[in-house]
Amino acid sequence: MNPVVYVGLGGVGGALARHLVGERIEGATLGTLAVNVLGSLALGAVLAAPVGDVVVLALGTGFCGAFTTFSSFAFETVRLFETGERRQALVNALGNLVGALAAVWLGSTAVSLV
Amino acid sequence: MPDDHVLTRLEPLALVALGGFVGALARHTVASMLPGTVPWGTLAVNGLGSFALGVLLYERHFVDGLSAETRLIVGTGFLSSFTTYSTFAAETATLAGGTMPILAVANVAGNYGVGFVGVLCGRWLARWLS
Repeated sequence: MNPVVYVGLGGVGGALARHLVGERIEGATLGTLAVNVLGSLALGAVLAAPVGDVVVLALGTGFCGAFTTFSSFAFETVRLFETGERRQALVNALGNLVGALAAVWLGSTAVSLV
Repeated sequence: MPDDHVLTRLEPLALVALGGFVGALARHTVASMLPGTVPWGTLAVNGLGSFALGVLLYERHFVDGLSAETRLIVGTGFLSSFTTYSTFAAETATLAGGTMPILAVANVAGNYGVGFVGVLCGRWLARWLS
């Protein structure tokens, strides 16, 4: 099987999981923050783990890449700003950044310790 | 068909899955075409995807001519999988630990810039089309 198919299959899992998380969390921005932080934690772990290229393609590029989303984050931040919630827009922009960066570090550090 | 029919419940999931498959493949293809230290591929997909999602979601605001199924397969499925926050975060962390940490700051500014400007351009296009 062509290795890029693993990216697509991981993408199916990531998109479905994001959709299900979104249905269970009240408020779109909170749902997006949750998937972005959780997905970054998982990606940090996958990239630091001693696994083969196929696993990185399926779980890292495919699943984590699709589970997290930049476009929804950007849209929701712009919407907050233009509806007058400028402070919330800033908190959302910084919260996703700090949360995701900390999660990548935590994920990779946790795997390195194992 | 009643709302609680199993096919009615499965249809949205099938649309999201199909969009997710194509979106992840398209992102991987773009990233493969733009190799190098600077993650141009992620910047490209995040800018293009934010623009397209802006068109799609502001279209609902101005026109509301698309079906819920179209929004699900294109927005939740394709575009949300095409763009990525985790890869952006991991690449930023790698740049921060590299020889030129300033590139990490530039990467954040670049992705946030193309994302927000992309959404605003999408809004402009959606309004113009209406």
